[in-house]
Amino acid sequence: MGIISRGFQGRRRGDDERLPPGQYLTEDFPVLSAGPTPRVPLDRWEFTIDTEGGQVHRWNWQELRALPSETPTVDIHCVTTWSKLDTRWQGVSLDVLFEDVETAAEYALVHSYGGYTTNLPLEDLLDGKAWIAYRYDGEELEPRHGGPARLLVPHLYFWKSAKWVRGIRLLNEDWPGFWETAGYHDYGDPWREQRYEGD
Amino acid sequence: MARLTWRPARLVKVREETASARTLVFDVPGWPGHLPGQHVDVRLTADDGYTARRSYSLAGPDGVELTVQRVDDGEVSPYLTEVMRPGDELEVRGPVGGWFVWRPANPAPVLLVAGGAGVVPLMAMLRARRASRSATPFRLVYSVRSPEQLYYADELAAPDPGVDVSVVYTRTAPDGEARPAGRLTAADLGPSGEADCYVCGPTGFVEAAAGLLLELGHDPARVRTERFGPTGE
Ligand SMILES: Cc1cc2nc3c(=O)[nH]c(=O)nc-3n(C[C@H](O)[C@H](O)[C@H](O)COP(=O)(O)OP(=O)(O)OC[C@H]3O[C@@H](n4cnc5c(N)ncnc54)[C@H](O)[C@@H]3O)c2cc1C
Repeated sequence: MGIISRGFQGRRRGDDERLPPGQYLTEDFPVLSAGPTPRVPLDRWEFTIDTEGGQVHRWNWQELRALPSETPTVDIHCVTTWSKLDTRWQGVSLDVLFEDVETAAEYALVHSYGGYTTNLPLEDLLDGKAWIAYRYDGEELEPRHGGPARLLVPHLYFWKSAKWVRGIRLLNEDWPGFWETAGYHDYGDPWREQRYEGD
Repeated sequence: MARLTWRPARLVKVREETASARTLVFDVPGWPGHLPGQHVDVRLTADDGYTARRSYSLAGPDGVELTVQRVDDGEVSPYLTEVMRPGDELEVRGPVGGWFVWRPANPAPVLLVAGGAGVVPLMAMLRARRASRSATPFRLVYSVRSPEQLYYADELAAPDPGVDVSVVYTRTAPDGEARPAGRLTAADLGPSGEADCYVCGPTGFVEAAAGLLLELGHDPARVRTERFGPTGE
């Protein structure tokens, strides 16, 4: 046990087993990003997957919206200690987008409009674990929450769920993204409290 | 980077900033130093082992000095602002964050935009500028509800060559203030030439202020933001 702070009682808002260690429930939807919100016109929007072999798979907005979608309800965990339970999304599973992608790469570098990047192992994007989401709580996804479309990878801290997603580069080697370069954890599992590098 | 470890921090000094905010100066043996704009994670432990943890910006260029706004129904900020006394201890780890920082060696003009407690990391930048005798032009636009909410009032009112401070009152302006009370507008931020912009405050404020900066033509790649919380002014 760490140092005790004299007179600190704490609020103990209930031990919810759905909350990872060090997380607190919020009813709001916190907005966290490193810069201003980019505006991406839909007629110029595209999403790409670039393989390690140089092949590019490309979808424009209509093509993305024409793909079969899912409506996951998931808990999200922000590294700044906010968690929000039962958030409702609609989007395309990355399994659908990866159907025709030939790759042996192990790593993915996700990049966004506005220049944001984040990295994760490719396997964390597959098998029903990740989506390109374009609707939230029954509405089109607002720009400040990552609209027109964001990555949704709820099993990792939410900075991995890149807003304003533009594409995924597949790589044979792990390449740290924006926050990962700035000292945040490379993987970011909230259940193991992997907030900062070395955790 | 080495693993960030929790370090004991003993409160040595307290300064009241407003009726609901105070500055806490801690003695943290082994503190590795930090860049202005970075923050620490604070951990409080109750005598039965229960812990709570929050982030607080470092208010000065040296040592661990925090300024905390009391959130009335909050868990941690009422403890820090009302219960904690000099001699009491908590734990900190950091410094955290390598993006929302100002480096004194950078000669580009700086525009700081603060909403409420968001002034804290920006004050660290202003203080670092002064400490490093930098001549880089700085402008601070500081939005607060009323004159009673102003942090660091005397320090900000003292002349500091090359630094321009304007306070924007959103609810109540002091007597003699030409600008009527109201939300931050593009006019409050302009005219301004090219600058590295740092925007900090509650989420809604940051969204609005960063949007105004883009409207004024600032390069999005030079607008850095830090959001303190989900709600509030
Ligand atoms: C990087 C970073 C730096 C920060 N730096 C500072 C700082 O320098 N000074 C400072 O005072 N705070 C700062 N904060 C905010 C701080 O971490 C806490 O969120 C804040 O003190 C409230 O904690 P609490 O335990 O008192 O309230 P909680 O128990 O967490 O919340 C209680 C209630 O207040 C609401 N609430 C929480 N936070 C805020 C808020 N900021 N404004 C309005 N309502 C809120 C919650 O939604 C909830 O309903 C920073 C946050 C971040 C992420």
